[in-house]
Amino acid sequence: MSAPLIEMRGITKSFGAVKANEAVDLSVAPGEILGLLGENGAGKTTLMNVLFGAYAPDAGEILVQGQPVRITSSADALAAGIGMVHQHFHLAPRLTVLENLLIGIPGKGGRIDRAGGLARLAEIGRQHGLTLDPDLPVSALSVGEQQRLEIVKALFRGARLLILDEPTAVLAPSEVDRLFSALRSMAAQGLGIIFISHKLNEVRALTHRCTVLRHGRVAGRVDDPANTTSAAMAQLMCGHEIVPPARGPSTPGEAVLTLDGISTSNHAGTVLRGVSLAVRSGEILGIAGVSGNGQRALAEVISGVRSPDAGRMTIAGQTVSRFSPREVQALGLGRIPEDRMTTGLVTNLPLADSMVLPRIGTAAFSSKGLLKPDAIRTFAEEQIKAYDIRCPGPMTRAGALSGGNLQKALLARELAFDPKVLIVSQPTRGLDIGAARFIHEKFLDMRAKGCGIIVIGEDLEELLVLCDRIAVMYEGRIVGTLDSADATIARLGLLMTGAEGRA
Amino acid sequence: MFRLEVRTSTPTWFNLALPLLAIAATLVLCSGLIALAGAGILESYGVMFTASLGDSYAITETLVRAAPMIFTGLAVAVAFRAKFWNIGAEGQLLAGAVASCFVGAIPMPGALAMLLMAIAGAAAGAAVALAPATLRVKFKVDDVVSSLLLNSVIYYALMALIEGPWKDSFSGYPISPPIEDSANFPVLIEGTRLHLGVIVALIAAPLIWFLIARTTLGFRIRVTGENPEAARYGGIHVERVLLSTALLSGALAGLAGVGEVGGVHFQVMSDISPGYGYSGIVVAMLARLNPLGVVPAAIFLAAVMTGAEAMSRATGVPAFLSDVIQGTALLAMLVALLFTAYRIRRVGVAT
Ligand SMILES: Nc1ncnc2c1ncn2[C@@H]1O[C@H](COP(=O)(O)OP(=O)(O)OP(=O)(O)O)[C@@H](O)[C@H]1O
Ligand SMILES: [Mg+2]
Repeated sequence: MSAPLIEMRGITKSFGAVKANEAVDLSVAPGEILGLLGENGAGKTTLMNVLFGAYAPDAGEILVQGQPVRITSSADALAAGIGMVHQHFHLAPRLTVLENLLIGIPGKGGRIDRAGGLARLAEIGRQHGLTLDPDLPVSALSVGEQQRLEIVKALFRGARLLILDEPTAVLAPSEVDRLFSALRSMAAQGLGIIFISHKLNEVRALTHRCTVLRHGRVAGRVDDPANTTSAAMAQLMCGHEIVPPARGPSTPGEAVLTLDGISTSNHAGTVLRGVSLAVRSGEILGIAGVSGNGQRALAEVISGVRSPDAGRMTIAGQTVSRFSPREVQALGLGRIPEDRMTTGLVTNLPLADSMVLPRIGTAAFSSKGLLKPDAIRTFAEEQIKAYDIRCPGPMTRAGALSGGNLQKALLARELAFDPKVLIVSQPTRGLDIGAARFIHEKFLDMRAKGCGIIVIGEDLEELLVLCDRIAVMYEGRIVGTLDSADATIARLGLLMTGAEGRA
Repeated sequence: MFRLEVRTSTPTWFNLALPLLAIAATLVLCSGLIALAGAGILESYGVMFTASLGDSYAITETLVRAAPMIFTGLAVAVAFRAKFWNIGAEGQLLAGAVASCFVGAIPMPGALAMLLMAIAGAAAGAAVALAPATLRVKFKVDDVVSSLLLNSVIYYALMALIEGPWKDSFSGYPISPPIEDSANFPVLIEGTRLHLGVIVALIAAPLIWFLIARTTLGFRIRVTGENPEAARYGGIHVERVLLSTALLSGALAGLAGVGEVGGVHFQVMSDISPGYGYSGIVVAMLARLNPLGVVPAAIFLAAVMTGAEAMSRATGVPAFLSDVIQGTALLAMLVALLFTAYRIRRVGVAT
């Protein structure tokens, strides 16, 4: 094996009482794709932030090609040949692709070297299939393209080690394939890559070796991921076995949610064209589709944040008239938004506030315009206990919670009110398998109690495990609905491209 | 070399100590100016202190000055909580003063007059604040700019009034006719200027605190300010909350003007407010947008203002020092706030 490109030795980093990393060793060889695994909160992001210079470690050292280096800022990291693609991109939305690339790169005589930039961009695009239109503003790019730009940016600055923190969480399956082939091509040229993901099948398909963290320490290493089972990796991550929940046969009852000819006009990029569907009590209906085919608009209409231009919707037999969050909630709809941080929670306020937010005006939490602080606190405490939400207490700033715990909090705030119908978007995005398993179990519990559930998602495997029926959206329409017994990834994939719908 | 690093948690004592640190830094920085003016630093601050807080009369004078800044400070604190950037407390104060002067000049029983003055003044301030809020909600017009520019509009409207229809035809001075004697706010301590409005201001602070912390409107204001998207998803009418906040904020600033007309000047003139509306921003920032903190912050600024005049007479340091202290205090507080989110770390030194 060749000498490591990067080596981290004995890295320790604490946040107050929390030891996010403890004596962690990690190394990446040139041309190697290293998987970094671990449960939510295991310390993966923290470790990478130390490597990228965002946090100073309390102890430990970093070696680049055998030489100890001191990395105290992202500029140091870039100079040492380390590039990082964060989960939240750091791009200037109004500037073009090329301008974003050239930010901070001094040209000759203080001028911007446009021609040189274009040439490099074309070359990188050709080498790794990372093509981008240099003159498009970043705001016009899809999430996948923005990610591609972040990767190109790192390569542009001469990165020899590329860190990707959960890059696939935001991608559609086809985009994942494209990303993987780019990463493989980069590795073939001798770049080192650190790849973080909770999706073990991806890790097995892509990486050459894995380091597994648990509670901030290295729990183990996997030398041959392709020939290691997901179950074995999960065991290493969690310290115990994870068995997928068994979905028994469903006994669907009456329709609890119906949509009839729902259409919306285009103001946020997606439209619905006469969507009709029904969810019965005691069943889980999946909505599959390549993102951008109207799923978001559908979720917004059902959640009462967007009014359709045409069509009718009923919840538990009652027609929805005004499409407001309060109305749909009052009729018995529970809602879990796609984006936990921006639409779900108020990160700067106490967790308790976020947990009562959608129902603050109801008798449970206020009367005659006055809050009931004790009731709010008790509610939050009860849910924290019932769902094992890991946090110091209800007054903790919501933003301090890890992704899995945030999702549990959002689930708790809806399920506490026994919804008749539940709509969820991307329920386990960014969650580790243990947390995802927990969420799935809760859905199945709700289903057994007679709740109708709609799951909007891009992860077909998850939908197949969870759902009784799967409807596929394409260009704002439902192009087919399959019983999950008959559904296969291949058939769903075909529907998702609109192929079967047109025939 | 030093570098800022994101703080992972902020200790509570730190939050309380910050304004005090900012004030201490301000006094240290401004002592350089006193020295430049050729006066003794301790002596000058000593005079400032004695003149503003040294005896009971001085204290009542400081409180009288603090009252309008408590109201404008509350106005700004409430608005900023919702991230409605109301820089227009000055104009709202002037509108409140004009409206209450207009009502106060109508003969009627004193208690009724005072009540109607307060209502008219609050309504006028609220109406002025509604304009930038509506522009923002309906047309996405930047509220900082519109509320700030509106101050000049209101100021010149006031000037037009006192130079025109209200002008004292007898003396020719640009001042409004006085309000009825019966409408003058009662003085609470004989021989001082401590009027009813000061007490109202002191009571307003805990009331506003209660509103923000314990009512559903306050909850909606907080949530809307922190994350409008989550608020909307949660069923809060964000636009309605912003408009309500603007009305509340404007009404509070309007009450500052009412107190000045009913309790201090009994009429309206061009310099009825020496920038109390702008000082309200400093007060709210020093108070970290906490309504209870507004009271000590306003008293501090009032003491600086009264003290600076006395210091100027005694030591010859220009009274403008008061403005410098205010400005420096705001900057010091903004810098101090940075340290709630970041901490300084020494890097580049071998450990
Ligand atoms: N800025 C911070 N302040 C306080 N605690 C933090 C901070 N960042 C991380 N932590 C804590 O450190 C631990 C490790 O967090 P980290 O984000 O590194 O986990 P992770 O492995 O990336 O998890 P995930 O899979 O959810 O992204 C967690 O307990 C987390 O709460
Ligand atoms: Mg992470």
